[in-house]
Amino acid sequence: MSHTNALWLQCGACGGCSMSLLGYEGTNLLDAFDSAGIHFLWHPALSETSGRPVIDLMIDIVSGKTKLDLLIVEGTPLLGPNGTGRYQMMGGSEKPMITWLIELAHKAKYCVAVGSCAAYGGIPMAGDERLEATGLQYQSRQIGGLLGEDYRSGSGLAVINIPGCAPHPDWIVETLSCLADESLSAQDFDPEGRPLAYFGHLAHHGCPRNEYYEFKASAAEDSDQGCLMENLGCKGTQALGDCNIRPWNGSGSCLQGGYSCIACTMPGFEDPGSPFLETAKIAGIPVGLPSDMPKAWFVALAALSKSATPQRVRENAHSDKIVHQPTRKKATN
Amino acid sequence: MSRKIIGPFSRVEGHLEIDLNRNGPSVVDAQVNSPMYRGMETILLDRAPMDALTIVPRICGICSVSQSVAAAQALAKLSDVSPPKNGQLVTNLVLACEMLSNHLTHFYLFFMPDFARDIYANRRWYNNALRFQAQRGNAQAEVLDARNRFLHMMGELAGKWPHTLALRPSGTTSTVHAAQKRKLKTILTGMRRFLETTLFGCPLNDMLALKSRSDLHTWAKEGRGDLSFFIHLSEALSLDKMGKSQSVLLAGGGLPLENKKLFKQGIFKEQHFAPLPVDKINEDISHSFMAGATMQFPQNAKNDPDLDQNNAYSWCKAPRLGSDRCEVGALARHVINGHPLFCDLYAQEGSTVKSRIFARAWEMAFLVDAMENWIDQIDPNAPFYTPFTPAQNGQAFAFIEAARGTLGHWIGVEDNKITNYQIIAPTTWNFSPRDQAGQPGPLESALEGAPILSGEDDPVSVQHIVRSFDPCMACTVH
Repeated sequence: MSHTNALWLQCGACGGCSMSLLGYEGTNLLDAFDSAGIHFLWHPALSETSGRPVIDLMIDIVSGKTKLDLLIVEGTPLLGPNGTGRYQMMGGSEKPMITWLIELAHKAKYCVAVGSCAAYGGIPMAGDERLEATGLQYQSRQIGGLLGEDYRSGSGLAVINIPGCAPHPDWIVETLSCLADESLSAQDFDPEGRPLAYFGHLAHHGCPRNEYYEFKASAAEDSDQGCLMENLGCKGTQALGDCNIRPWNGSGSCLQGGYSCIACTMPGFEDPGSPFLETAKIAGIPVGLPSDMPKAWFVALAALSKSATPQRVRENAHSDKIVHQPTRKKATN
Repeated sequence: MSRKIIGPFSRVEGHLEIDLNRNGPSVVDAQVNSPMYRGMETILLDRAPMDALTIVPRICGICSVSQSVAAAQALAKLSDVSPPKNGQLVTNLVLACEMLSNHLTHFYLFFMPDFARDIYANRRWYNNALRFQAQRGNAQAEVLDARNRFLHMMGELAGKWPHTLALRPSGTTSTVHAAQKRKLKTILTGMRRFLETTLFGCPLNDMLALKSRSDLHTWAKEGRGDLSFFIHLSEALSLDKMGKSQSVLLAGGGLPLENKKLFKQGIFKEQHFAPLPVDKINEDISHSFMAGATMQFPQNAKNDPDLDQNNAYSWCKAPRLGSDRCEVGALARHVINGHPLFCDLYAQEGSTVKSRIFARAWEMAFLVDAMENWIDQIDPNAPFYTPFTPAQNGQAFAFIEAARGTLGHWIGVEDNKITNYQIIAPTTWNFSPRDQAGQPGPLESALEGAPILSGEDDPVSVQHIVRSFDPCMACTVH
């Protein structure tokens, strides 16, 4: 099998996507890339090479001397100030990162945005407007971004988006591996370029608090076990991603950790319009309703399920541990 | 004399560029810059105070928990609440887990690979260094496996890593039942085994029993682990003289439990211990791409990016204690803790590539020991969280010790909106640019005199010195 050449670059990034990547399990990351035939020309966290040879490598890619199969971008492209890109210069090159990105993206067979920053702009979108933060092909929900709506990589695909803050390492490693063996085509992505294998799900799927959700037995305090949607800002019913089906760091997930989904896989998550850990409501009804659910039905079902809530569920919802066990059926003769 | 810009740097967190003046066989002086600005503090303005818990971890993906803990502590002081004992224990475990996994990642994946570079190919020890070669050495895969098994503690206690929301001003949203306590112990035992067999090559207690520099060298002579190999390298390459930083040592203190802190707060200046005079902490922006008064105090500073400032060469501000530059990190905190091994090592060798790297590695043994004790103290039947109402007005600050050193958060709130948020991160101290007196930052001064081997374009000594501080540029220029 011939090598798939990959180059990983960090824009306005916290580095969390790379750190999540290192946490890939099953086998370790290095063996996983080996197995997929992915050869990193350069990765900022893993490679020996620093300095001039890195810049020379990028020059060779742009000139066509070195082939680039996977351009992988982490972090927010920064266009500012005034479109100059000078808020992020590529170290050692005296050239803005965005200029490099545009040149490299037009040489790459696939262009992959890892994390919500590279995909949509992410957290830096919420700050100083002078940054002119954007994603690679989206600026928040708006198509366009750094590379423009019409951009296609050498494969004919638009930018592939693996959102999340940070994304699950499986999402990154498996998607890159599938691209390396050319087993993904346009039909495997949703209209926004997300791999359907993961983003055909909602974070709500597999939520460990499912019974509390069913009965609208809601948490009032941050330590309560009840459903976090009604009061504490949980957006799991609206956020794409198989987060609660796929364990994080062995056994975790945001909900397993006892806190709300903040929809970090979604464009615009950085500015929910209300505090992250509170549910915005109008007339007592959450503004953000579960995906595909008509409001009238939600209200009717919520009222019905609240009135049907077993005492066990109601009491456990307002405790930090199980105080009421499920009733055991008595043995019959 | 010739000038040389080195960048980008791999195996450092974030973006780094160094401008060197070199003359013959050594570096004359250096300017350090992180060429990227995100303005994280301005994102926090006008938001509800508790939103800091979501935003600040995203400053940095490698020490995200340390940012969360500092924000939670600042918010706790603002609202005059504190976690119940269980909440403090879980917070400490999550932070210590991040510190330890950061140290492990730094030693094996970021620092040691430089000794497997071609430039050392004719050295006697080179074949032993190949174990650390980037991406290909045996140690790389072993460490990733050990690190990931250890990070299962994050899955148990923090939901995920990086970027958790489990850590709150008044405790944790996660709880621990009796069986989970057992699981935490098992995870920690896995890390203990790895450290004992691979890094130290001896029981952790032997490491913790070292009391002096001569103890250390006696231990290293017989050592079988990767750390004793590093001590041998230090002798072969004079790493005990390389990258000497002569700065005031500073520790903000951290990992509290019931009125005691695992890391004390204080400074070590001119061979004397002293309390940390918090009100003397200021940030000098004379060489930063920032507009405004040259000297700013974090209680009421502004962040106004301006690329046209005269003399500016860095996005990093220059924190100073009065007019002193300060070094923070594992070495600083163990000297300030008064540990005899580090007091002796520092007195004899100062802060160098060797002592900084060794202190960080040794701290892994120290943390495992503390973590075992904390797990034992968790009471599954007691609360982990205290309900509270966040204060809507006021000012507060908090210091913690993160993997790379002291992290300070300052918050100001009016009418339930954040009006000021300032962060001084560990690498902001260590990688600060010059101040108005022209005094270079700790790394800049440590690079002066760095040796250049014949035929070197990018001196490998610069790579060692830079990484010996374990820089986190994402935090530095947030």
